[in-house]
Amino acid sequence: MNIRAFAALCGALACALLALTETRKFASMSAAGRRFLRHPPAAGGLFVLSFFVAVAVAAPWVAPYDPAHALEIVSLQNQPPSLLHPLGTDLYSRDVWSRLVYGARVSLSIGALAMLVAVTLGAVVGAVAGYARRWVDPLLMRAVDVGLAIPRIFLLLMAIALWERVPLPLLVLLIGLTGWFGTSRLVRAEVLSLRERDFVLAARALGAGRRRIILRHVLPNVAAPIIVSAALGIGNVMLLEAGLSFLGIGVPPPLPSWGNMIADGAAHLTTAPWTTLFPGLAIALVVMALNAVGDALRDALDPRKEMA
Amino acid sequence: MTTWLVRRVAASIAIVFAVVTFTFLLLHLAPGQPFLPGDETPIDPRVVANLRHEFGLDQPVLVQYVKYLGALAHGNLGESFALHRPVADALADAIPNTLVLAGAALVLDLLLGLALGVYQAVHAHRLPDIGLGYATLFVGSLPTFWLALFLLLVFGEWLGWFPVGGVVDPVVHASLPWVGRVADRLWHLALPALTLGCVGAAGTARYQRAAMLDAMGHDYVRTARAKGLPEGRVVLVHTLRNALLPLITLLGLSLPFLLTGAVLVETVYAWPGMGKLAADAVFKRDYPVVLATAVTASTMVVLGSLVADVLYAVADPRIRVRA
Amino acid sequence: MTEPLLRVRDLKTYFVTERGSGTARAVDGVSFDLFPGETLGLVGESGCGKTVTALSLLRLIPEPPGHILPGSTIELEGRNVLALAPRELRAVRGAEIALVFQEPMTSLNPVFTVGDQIAEVGIVHQGLSRRAARARAIELLRLVGMPDPETRVDDYPHQLSGGMRQRVMIAMALVCHPKVLIADEPTTALDVTIQAQILELLKRLQAELGMAVILVTHDLGIVAGTADRVLVMYAGQVMEAARTVDLFAQPLHPYTEGLLASVPRLDAQRTRLHSIPGQVPAATAWPGGCRFHPRCPYAWDKCAVEEPPLAGTGTHVARCWLVQEPERRTARA
Repeated sequence: MNIRAFAALCGALACALLALTETRKFASMSAAGRRFLRHPPAAGGLFVLSFFVAVAVAAPWVAPYDPAHALEIVSLQNQPPSLLHPLGTDLYSRDVWSRLVYGARVSLSIGALAMLVAVTLGAVVGAVAGYARRWVDPLLMRAVDVGLAIPRIFLLLMAIALWERVPLPLLVLLIGLTGWFGTSRLVRAEVLSLRERDFVLAARALGAGRRRIILRHVLPNVAAPIIVSAALGIGNVMLLEAGLSFLGIGVPPPLPSWGNMIADGAAHLTTAPWTTLFPGLAIALVVMALNAVGDALRDALDPRKEMA
Repeated sequence: MTTWLVRRVAASIAIVFAVVTFTFLLLHLAPGQPFLPGDETPIDPRVVANLRHEFGLDQPVLVQYVKYLGALAHGNLGESFALHRPVADALADAIPNTLVLAGAALVLDLLLGLALGVYQAVHAHRLPDIGLGYATLFVGSLPTFWLALFLLLVFGEWLGWFPVGGVVDPVVHASLPWVGRVADRLWHLALPALTLGCVGAAGTARYQRAAMLDAMGHDYVRTARAKGLPEGRVVLVHTLRNALLPLITLLGLSLPFLLTGAVLVETVYAWPGMGKLAADAVFKRDYPVVLATAVTASTMVVLGSLVADVLYAVADPRIRVRA
Repeated sequence: MTEPLLRVRDLKTYFVTERGSGTARAVDGVSFDLFPGETLGLVGESGCGKTVTALSLLRLIPEPPGHILPGSTIELEGRNVLALAPRELRAVRGAEIALVFQEPMTSLNPVFTVGDQIAEVGIVHQGLSRRAARARAIELLRLVGMPDPETRVDDYPHQLSGGMRQRVMIAMALVCHPKVLIADEPTTALDVTIQAQILELLKRLQAELGMAVILVTHDLGIVAGTADRVLVMYAGQVMEAARTVDLFAQPLHPYTEGLLASVPRLDAQRTRLHSIPGQVPAATAWPGGCRFHPRCPYAWDKCAVEEPPLAGTGTHVARCWLVQEPERRTARA
C-alpha cells in the first residue's frame, strides 16, 4: 500500500461519514425520515453503502495496484495478506485489494443498472395494469405469473444457453428483464387502491387524459413500494451476478467482479482462502447494508403510519 | 371451498402450460444458432442442415409447437447434446437428489427460522433480539455458494467432520448394511442442507419475527392475558397460531429460493441434482437440458405455491368455514 | 356498613410519549370504592382515562410506554393487587376480576372456536377436564342467552354476529364466578337494539350471580338505566361521584351539567343542540388549577390557579369550588 492509496481510502471513509451526517440531518426533519432513523442498522447501512460507492468512484486513486497487472508472475502468486498487500494476492499474482476496489465498480454498477431496468419495467407494467383494467390487466398479470413461476436463475440460464455469446451489457439487460415481476404486482396493488381515491376522480373530472393521470398523479404516490423494491432489488442482482460469475457465465475475466473473483479463488480454496473470502465478505456487507436500508425504508414509507 | 380448489388447480395447470409455451417461444426467438457448439469449431453446414431437419426445425412454427407439446406430453424431452442421453433420463436421475436436498433444507429452514423468530419477538428490542437481528441480517445476505465453499473448507477439509462432496461415498457405500447406507447418505447431505437451510432460516426468522410482533399487538392477546392465562400459553398457543399463517405463505415463496440455491450449492458440493445438471448444461450450451430443468423447476414452484395455498385455506378457519 | 370489595386510592397511570412530548398522565389520582353487588358507572368522554383506569385494575397496562406509579393503591378484599407476584396476579385475572372488552370482533381469537376460548378459562383456573369445561361453556352460553348453544359452541368468532360475540365475551368472563366484572364500553360497537339486549343481560346476570359490576361508558343513557352509583371522569380525575338518582337530579359539577344538557331530548323546546365549548385537552398538558376551567361557564380566577379537592356530602361529592361557593353559580354566556 502506498501513501496516495491510503489517503484516498481515508478520503472515501470521510465521504461516507459526511454522507451519513448529512442524511441524518435531512431525515430528522420529516416524520418519515425520523421513522427511518429509528432503525439502528439503517444508519450503518447508509455508511457502508456510501463508503463502497465512494471507493468505487475513486477506484483509480484508492487502488494501490493495477487490478489487471500480474505483479511478479511466480513469486507473488497466492500470497497471504501482508503489509504490502493487505488482502493478499491471487493466483495470477494480482493484488486482491485493488481487484476488490475495481470489482466494486463492476458489481455495484451491474446492480444499479439491472435494478433500474427491472424497477422501471415493473413500475410501468404495474401502473398500466392497475389503471387500464379491462383485458390489459389480466393479460399482463398472467405474464407476471409465468415470470414468477420460473425461478430467476433458470430464466437467465435459458437465455444464456440459447445465445452463443452474451456480452456484458446484454447480460445486465437480461438480469433486469428477469426481475420486474414482483415490483409490477406491488405497483399494481397500489394503483388499484389509489384509482378509487378522490384526487384521481377530481383529475378526471377536470378532463385529464389517462396517460397524464398515470404519470403525474398516480406514480408519485406509488413511489414508496418502488423505492423499497429498488433497495432490496440491487442486493438480489448482486447475489445473482455473483452466482452467474461463479458458474462461469457472468462477468468475463479479466474484468474483475466480486463474483468472478470468488470463482477464481474457489479452485485454490485450500491454499489461498483469502482470495475467496474477501470478495464474498464484500458482497455480504453491501447486501446487508442494502437489506437494512430497504427494511428501514419500508417501515418509514409505510402509508399506514402517515395516518397516525 | 371445492369450487375454489378446482379453479386454483386449473389456474396452476394454465401457468405451467404458459411456461412451456414461453420456453418454446424463447427457443425460436433466440438469435443463437442451435447445434453450434459453445466454442467455435467449424462444422460442416450439411451436418447442421441434417440436424435441423432431424429436429424438425425447418418446419412451420405452429407445426413445431404442436409437435413440441406432443413430445412433452409423452415425456420426450429431447436428447442432450453433451450427455448423449435422453434428457428425460438425466432428469429422472437428478430430480430425486434435488428433492432430498431441498426437502432437508426446507425442514431446517422452517424449524430454525420459526424458533428464532418467536424467540426474537418475545424478547423484542432487548439484547438477544438485537444481536440475533444482526446475525440473521448477515447470514441472510451471504451468497449461498460462498457459504457453501467455506463450510466445505472448514468442516470438510480442515476438520474433516463431513465429506467434501457427492451423495454417497464412492468407494464404501455399496458394501454397507442398509443402516450404514442411510447414515452415509445423511452424512453427505448434512453440509449442503445446512448451507441452504441456514441462509433460508435467516430470512424466515426475520419474517416470522415481524409476523409474531404484529400478532402480539392484536386485541385477542390482551384478552388472553385478561383471562389470567400463563404467559407461555399466551405466546405459544394464542399468538403463534395466528402468526403461523403468514409462515405458510412464506413456505410457498421459499421454493424459488431453494431451487435457485440448488443450482449453486449442488455445483459446489458436486451434488448430482437438477441444479448441477442445469449449471453444467448451460456452460456447454446444452439447451434441451436447460429448458427441461427450467420447465421442471417452474412446475415445482407452481405446485409448491398450490400446496401452500391449500394449506393456508385449511389452517385459517375464516377461509375454511364459511360464515 | 359493609367493607368495600375493591378499594382504589390515588391511582396514577402515566405513559411516556415519544419525541419528548412529555408524559401523558392518563389517570391522575383516582380513588373510589366498589361494594359487593353494586353497579358502578364510570362515565366520561374519550380521553378522560376511564379505560386506562379499568385496565390498571388488572395491571393490563403495557409496561414500556405505561406504568402505574408507586403510591397508588388497588386492594381487592384487602389484598394489594399491585404487589401480587405474577402467578397470583394470573389467579386473580379472569377468576376474581373479569374484564369484558369493547370490540368483540378483535378481542376474540379468530383461529379458535368460541367454545374452546370459554373452556380455556375453566381449564386454566379451575382445573376442569376438557369435557367438563366444554359442558360448562355450553351452560354459560345458555345463561347469556345464546340461541342453540350446543351448536354454537363449535363456531368460530367470524361466524357470529356482533351481539353474539359480545355474549361470548361475557360468558368467558363468568366462567369462574368473578367477584368483580368490569365491562369496558360493552355496547359501543353494537347496534342500538342489540345494545339494549346486552344491557338487560348484564343486569339479569348481576342479579342472579350477585357480582359487582364496573360499567365503563361514555353514554349517560346507559348509566341512567343500569348503575347504582356513578363516577364522572375528566382529564384523568374523578370530577363527581354520586348515586345515580342524585347525579341526574342535581348535578354538582359544571361538566356533569354540560354532559346532561348535551343529550338531545324529544320534549325540549330547544332550537340548537347544547354542547360543551372547547375540546378535551391533551393528556400531556392538563390545564393548571381546575382542569375543566377553560371550558367552564362559571369559572373565575380561583379556578385557574387552585385545583379543587373532592368535596360535598358523604355520598355526593364533586371536584369544584362551587361546592363551597354555590352563590357563584350564576349562568353566564
